[in-house]
Amino acid sequence: MISKEEVIKIANLARLDLSETEIEKMQKDLAGILDYIGQLNKVNVSEIELESEENVPENILRDDVAVSQTLETVEKMLSQAPNREGNHIKVKEILT
Amino acid sequence: MDFTKLTIKEIKEGLLKKEFSTIALCDFYLNQIEQKEKDIDAFLQIDIEGAKNQAKAIDAKIAKGEELGSLAGIPCGIKDAILVEGLSCASGSKILENYKAVYDATCVVNLKKQDVIILGKTNMDEFAMGSSTEHSAFKITKNPFDLKKVPGGSSGGSAACVAGNEAVFSLGSDTGGSIRQPASFCGVVGLKPTYGAVSRYGLIAFASSLDQIGPMAKNVEDCEEVFKAIIGKDEKDATNVDMSKIKNQKSNIQIKDLKIGAPKEFFGEGLESKTKEIIEGVIKKLEAAGAKIIDISLPSAFYALACYYILATCEASANLARFDGIRYGKSEIRNQNSELKNLFDVYSKTRGGGFGDEVKRRIMLGTFALSSGYYDAYYLKAKKVKHLIKQDFKNAFSKVDFILTPTSPFPAFNIAEKIDDPLKMYLSDIYTVPVNLAGVPALSMPAGMDGGLPVGLQIIGGHFSDFNILQLAKIIEKL
Repeated sequence: MISKEEVIKIANLARLDLSETEIEKMQKDLAGILDYIGQLNKVNVSEIELESEENVPENILRDDVAVSQTLETVEKMLSQAPNREGNHIKVKEILT
Repeated sequence: MDFTKLTIKEIKEGLLKKEFSTIALCDFYLNQIEQKEKDIDAFLQIDIEGAKNQAKAIDAKIAKGEELGSLAGIPCGIKDAILVEGLSCASGSKILENYKAVYDATCVVNLKKQDVIILGKTNMDEFAMGSSTEHSAFKITKNPFDLKKVPGGSSGGSAACVAGNEAVFSLGSDTGGSIRQPASFCGVVGLKPTYGAVSRYGLIAFASSLDQIGPMAKNVEDCEEVFKAIIGKDEKDATNVDMSKIKNQKSNIQIKDLKIGAPKEFFGEGLESKTKEIIEGVIKKLEAAGAKIIDISLPSAFYALACYYILATCEASANLARFDGIRYGKSEIRNQNSELKNLFDVYSKTRGGGFGDEVKRRIMLGTFALSSGYYDAYYLKAKKVKHLIKQDFKNAFSKVDFILTPTSPFPAFNIAEKIDDPLKMYLSDIYTVPVNLAGVPALSMPAGMDGGLPVGLQIIGGHFSDFNILQLAKIIEKL
């Protein structure tokens, strides 16, 4: 089971503004899904070491270099921003 | 001329012999779309001008005798989760409603190199979360075989546009069955390649450890042609593997040498009897042709769906954090009537209003499973179960060359039938999800009809056996 308070807490963590009706439905839906997922408790995984996974290549890295873009590309990107000021993206204050 | 019966190779031949022009072919398909879209609703955007310009450019190439790409002039549809420069790309979501792609996904670059014609973007469940395309924020796509039925999902538009002869092929993406299940419902061929075979650069991510792009087409040969075009090493996706370096491809499959497994877990409870009969029929035919049928078991497959709904939602909750109303897409900041105190309000109101119910449900589930105190019980547990499922497949492929199963336990269901019950909806992916968890390739192809609705056969192979699967599928097509 999952409590209403827990649903509200999770919604806050997920940055989802949910209405009162949505919270109630979410509580019911999540309870059902978590109940189904609970069947995993029947699986014995005590012997499993995840580090032993085979064929998993490690750390495919590339050099951390900035790829310069044309002004046209920059403009294309910036033009999608909902709140723009010059060549900056404007945001609301973080702390209030 | 009716172009719908021609394969990709036949179309190319016709173009080279100047039996018809690319613009005639393009106009034919645009006309098909005009006539059929009002019933099927497979597309979210149709790029008439872009398609015609591309067709004219290919005709000019032909006139000059220039070399043509392997998919020259072939009209196709691209799933709305895949970026095509200049076209809108919403991934089926209101939160990206006005977003225009600023670059091409690598698979689209590769298709364009082969001179394809992109007709438009196809409908899908929002952020590829769903099994019926009913979770699209924009429209409900109908199954061309029966307009009261769903096309499957999440690549429902991609399956329906091919089945409805509105395009020669399409691209889809498959995280838990999203290419194969709609291919099965719409009677087309769909390949979920080995994890890492096709670059996902430019695919809007859902669950990155499972997502894979693949082709959907009317027949296996066409599917293979498209697959060949979209593979190739791409530095921009670190999981991408160069398929040309894969050595375990059998050059010539002989039925009499084949060992085929039909795991009992995929033929049990929940499987509709007619679907079972059709798939067992294919297996019997292969046996009659000389293949050895071997009993195998994938004991952990039973837990695949539960495992998937933890891992996929955890990854989705992280991947979808980028939709925050700051850099692109819909934002609450543009809503004059909205009272926004701070940045938190911008995030949560943008996301609360921009995402649909199923997406919110999955973000919530993923956030819950990853939240403090639950990590070991859910995410870590699911990772370990995934490991067991991988082991099951590994053991199976030490005994058999291929595994044959139904793609879905039932054919296409009615529109609105499962929309209010998330768990019921999830169960339609019960045979496809284990494949993604194991990272192996699988293909769905039409195997028969159940009262006017197609039934799909799923062929599963070991890692990087994609071309072997395609070979076997061609053999089965001719049986």
